[in-house]
Amino acid sequence: MTNHQEEVLQQLCNHITENLGFGGDLQVDESLVEQLALDSVKVLNLIMEVEDEFDVTIPINALADINTPRQLAIIISDLQG
Amino acid sequence: MTNNILEKLDAVAEARKAMLPKGLEAFGMPVDEIYSATEARKGDKRILFFGTNNYLGLTFDERCLKAAHEALDHEGTGTTGSRMANGNYNGHRALEEEFARFYECQSAIVFSTGYQANLGAISGLVGAGDVLLIDADSHASIYDGCTLSGADIVRFKHNDPEHLEKRLQRLGDRAANTLIIIEGIYSMLGDQAPLKEIVEIKNRYGCLLLVDEAHSIGVLGEKGRGLVEEAGVMDQVDFVTGTFSKSLGSIGGYCVSNHPQLEQLRYVSRPYIFTASPSPAIIASTRVALKLLEEGTHLRKNLWRNVHQLYDCMQGLGYELGPNPGPVIAGVVESPAHAFDLWSKLLNEGIYVNLILPPAAPDNKALVRVSVSAAHTPADMDRICEAFTRLSQAG
Repeated sequence: MTNHQEEVLQQLCNHITENLGFGGDLQVDESLVEQLALDSVKVLNLIMEVEDEFDVTIPINALADINTPRQLAIIISDLQG
Repeated sequence: MTNNILEKLDAVAEARKAMLPKGLEAFGMPVDEIYSATEARKGDKRILFFGTNNYLGLTFDERCLKAAHEALDHEGTGTTGSRMANGNYNGHRALEEEFARFYECQSAIVFSTGYQANLGAISGLVGAGDVLLIDADSHASIYDGCTLSGADIVRFKHNDPEHLEKRLQRLGDRAANTLIIIEGIYSMLGDQAPLKEIVEIKNRYGCLLLVDEAHSIGVLGEKGRGLVEEAGVMDQVDFVTGTFSKSLGSIGGYCVSNHPQLEQLRYVSRPYIFTASPSPAIIASTRVALKLLEEGTHLRKNLWRNVHQLYDCMQGLGYELGPNPGPVIAGVVESPAHAFDLWSKLLNEGIYVNLILPPAAPDNKALVRVSVSAAHTPADMDRICEAFTRLSQAG
């Protein structure tokens, strides 16, 4: 991962921990849905929040390629250019 | 050896079992006999329907029935073909002309269901490289139409024009390739879109706007044209879709527009092309119903009188309701278990309403959703209000 991707990953983990009330130790290479017990609507809402946090547009079509926090961070970093 | 595909469906069965007590069918409740727009029989119990979308109560209107009977006798039970092939009868074309005139638009296209109207309009209008900006609480038919289109799908917070604008700012030049999609009245809480504000934004950014009036045709506006009429912005909305299966009392859907390009959907919209056209009886009853809807000021008056009575009653009892009174009145209940309890007690009193559980209901809560009709009599309205009051007092 590049330095920028690492920074995004850290910010993303902080956002999830602070805003979703996740009390555990978020594993960056494990399923977001399973760790946070998200249903389909909550996943979509999380993406909407992340768009605002990072000022990027993440089409929900991209969700098929996102499983873990690390994958989401890489996509955000790419979108930020 | 277990098949993985079938295992996924077993998981659905397990989830259903965990969510709903045995023996009561909250979803797909069998109806044994139907008596009228508002009454049916389930087993040996007479049920008062407060969970249909029959807002104007036209399903048993004699004029609609007569037209349907005549079409059935003269044109048969079905068209057995697509509009592109043998299924393009005079009635289909006449209904499209009548929809265009009703909305004062250039073009109208009729689809076989309301679901297909959204699927067909959205997937025909946009494609790869385009952007769809949709309200987060959009109906499944909108989500599915967006997915079918191949365009980038971006959501904005429900009924939040500021959030929508923030997304348009981020899109920059891509705004010119963007279609915004909202609904006149939303089906879960019955709330209305802030249409004027959204029209102002779409005009400023040069994108297109589609409004789904499924729950608002027949309900809002002097002539029943929906929120586009009520908000006075009909000429600024690019596409209006809707359904026949609510206020028009049949089944089918439509899309109208002043853009002449709408006509080309007939050649690119797969949900329009690759399905049989609506049956002649459906078209005939819908044509009459559209006329009755347009002239139906008295029906809307009855509907709104009923709406206000129930909304006021439920609000007085302390229910958390959607922000606007409307034909859909949803009480937010703390948990699925409480909602199920209330739903089954109402059914026990002979009143059918809709039960909405997560994830369809927001924030892990549940909804007891009531649909009001112009066909409900004052006695029907008193009965449901008394039932809610009684159950509320019983705790």
